[in-house]
Amino acid sequence: MTAPESTSRSFPDNARAALGDAVLQRALGNLKLGFPVKRAEVVADLPEFEALRDAAKDIKNHTLAHLDAYLEIYEANVVKSGGHVHWARTANEACETVLAICRDAGASVVTKGKSMVAEEIGLNAHLDNNGIERVETDLGEYIIQLRNEPPSHIIVPAVHVTKDQIADTFRAAHEGLDPARPLTESRDITDEARNRLREKYFAAEVGITGANFLIAETGSSIIVTNEGNGDLTQTLAKVHIVVASLEKMIPTMEDAFAVLRLLARSSTGQEFSVYTTVSNGPRRPDDLDGPEAYHVVLVDNGRTAMLGSDYQDMLRCIRCAACMNHCPVYGAVGGHAYGWVYPGPMGAVLTPSLIGIAESGHLPHASTFCGRCEQVCPMKIPLTSMMRRYREQSYQSDHMGIFPRKLLGLWSYLASRPTLYRFLTRLAVGVLRLAGSGHGVLRRMPFADAWTRTRDFPAPEGGTFMDRYRRNRPT
Amino acid sequence: MSAGREEILSAIRRSLGRGPLTGPELESLEARLAAHPRHIIPSRVDLDAGRLANLFISKARGVSASVDEIGSMGEVPAAVAAYLARENLPARLVAAPALAPMDWSAAPMLEVRSGAARETDDVGLAVAEAGVAETGTLVLASGPDTPTTLNFVPPTHIVVLPRDRIVGSYEEAWDGVRDRASRTGQPRAANFITGPSRTGDIEQKIEIGVHGPLRLHILIVGEAP
Repeated sequence: MTAPESTSRSFPDNARAALGDAVLQRALGNLKLGFPVKRAEVVADLPEFEALRDAAKDIKNHTLAHLDAYLEIYEANVVKSGGHVHWARTANEACETVLAICRDAGASVVTKGKSMVAEEIGLNAHLDNNGIERVETDLGEYIIQLRNEPPSHIIVPAVHVTKDQIADTFRAAHEGLDPARPLTESRDITDEARNRLREKYFAAEVGITGANFLIAETGSSIIVTNEGNGDLTQTLAKVHIVVASLEKMIPTMEDAFAVLRLLARSSTGQEFSVYTTVSNGPRRPDDLDGPEAYHVVLVDNGRTAMLGSDYQDMLRCIRCAACMNHCPVYGAVGGHAYGWVYPGPMGAVLTPSLIGIAESGHLPHASTFCGRCEQVCPMKIPLTSMMRRYREQSYQSDHMGIFPRKLLGLWSYLASRPTLYRFLTRLAVGVLRLAGSGHGVLRRMPFADAWTRTRDFPAPEGGTFMDRYRRNRPT
Repeated sequence: MSAGREEILSAIRRSLGRGPLTGPELESLEARLAAHPRHIIPSRVDLDAGRLANLFISKARGVSASVDEIGSMGEVPAAVAAYLARENLPARLVAAPALAPMDWSAAPMLEVRSGAARETDDVGLAVAEAGVAETGTLVLASGPDTPTTLNFVPPTHIVVLPRDRIVGSYEEAWDGVRDRASRTGQPRAANFITGPSRTGDIEQKIEIGVHGPLRLHILIVGEAP
């Protein structure tokens, strides 16, 4: 198997380390001030945004309800335009299929655009281990390839890296350049990456991209990018391979346009991404450029099992990253702490769906349930209720630790005995108020050092909720 | 891998609790594809032709493209030469074969080659199928006379946009592409381009000009109504 291993089991330790990492905290600070602000501006500028969310949800639900038929129609149209479709049940099958196409093309150099499903199936390691020189062409992906790290965000994969660290990485990796060259500005770094990657596009026999949409009507694939690397990758190589999971299917271009109006706005806060490219088969007989062969690898890897389950709604996800951009937990610990490919709220639902709750039981707990993720999700995915359902599953299975299980058991015993519950909470509130008198906060609390180690616990200001409710209830 | 194909399709049907679609159900999907109904079009494009062009220009400038307006196709060579001189760029370009045959004598200093772009090209000159006012987006389609590499390889991208091809929405632009495809076949690539290439990958600071063009210049051709 090539699929990436998860460290999701050690989320609490990962998160603690992330909170203490000053460089990471500085890098995450940039994220909070950037995308959410721009998103709010462009959403306010489009009065139809809410109605489009409903339309997009309906389009995807319709597509998922007829997924088999649309996939068959899509396949027939790809073949009609001269392309090839490969069906991969597992990560391993998908990797083997891509490798076989690369070998058939005699590829030594392969360029690659950013693709989350490629991360999910472990394609990078598979190509590297089989003697293919793989060049990531998205700037963020290129940076983390040089640093030998996985992405920590689904649209800005190097969000955890600072400019100074990138400069150091480039100095170490790019031989033959003046070691004293200035790499202090983003411009210097961008130019150096541009120059390094240029020659690779022309040398590559195969270019691999993901897809944001697969269009049933025409058999086309769509990629949405900003840097232009995806287009150079797929236009200049002799063979273009599209790797896409099943749920990228959408019936028509009109359907795609409705979702596209939401995608960039939700994602980077742009009205439209710089490049939205519709690709259809290989170059035509009279064309002067474009790939000579066009392959699509359709990846299941768990999607068909999600269909019809409690987690089907997650298949509407368009990977915009709005949920993680607005998540207080993601904003505090970053993407690597989640321990697998997909971080943030979407990852807290998708990871258990793809690798199992036993491996990733901590992730649905990595949420304050503030609900911002759901408020900003362009596809109206009920992220918090799906996380709640996974919490229930993780409680019912044996994967939760003994202490939280006992504690939850105790709480449910008390909660179903109102008189006892009110008595005990009144007692607890009185004690905590005494303990916190003067400061308004508690710096230490028995059985709660996991909380008080990193933050103060606010002392209760009045009585219990029930007491105050009774006192203030209008008669 | 046809075993995979059958297994995936039957797994989908099992999950959805039904067999393959047949008869009226399949026909209704095919009818939906044939009708390709539009969804919501933003009301910001409910404008007359003049205001639509103004919206296109302000949106395109808003994403760091530059825009010049000229009266006729005959003025393209001089306008291209003037732009390159103004920006201090090399007076050498590769033009789409669709544009190359025009009379370039008005710009004697320009060196013009026709064809697809090569690694060493400095300037690419292309022609757009449409301009979408909604977001200042150009639509370019590939073909023997309009190679795709012009849009991505040269650091400077100049695009000719006939004024009567400015439309409100992506859907209107796509109607044109679809209409032509029904006569001459699907283009291999259709590119929606909104400004020059950019990245936010370094500390989320926007940097214009990454792997694709560093600058995008749009020449709107035709008298304003």
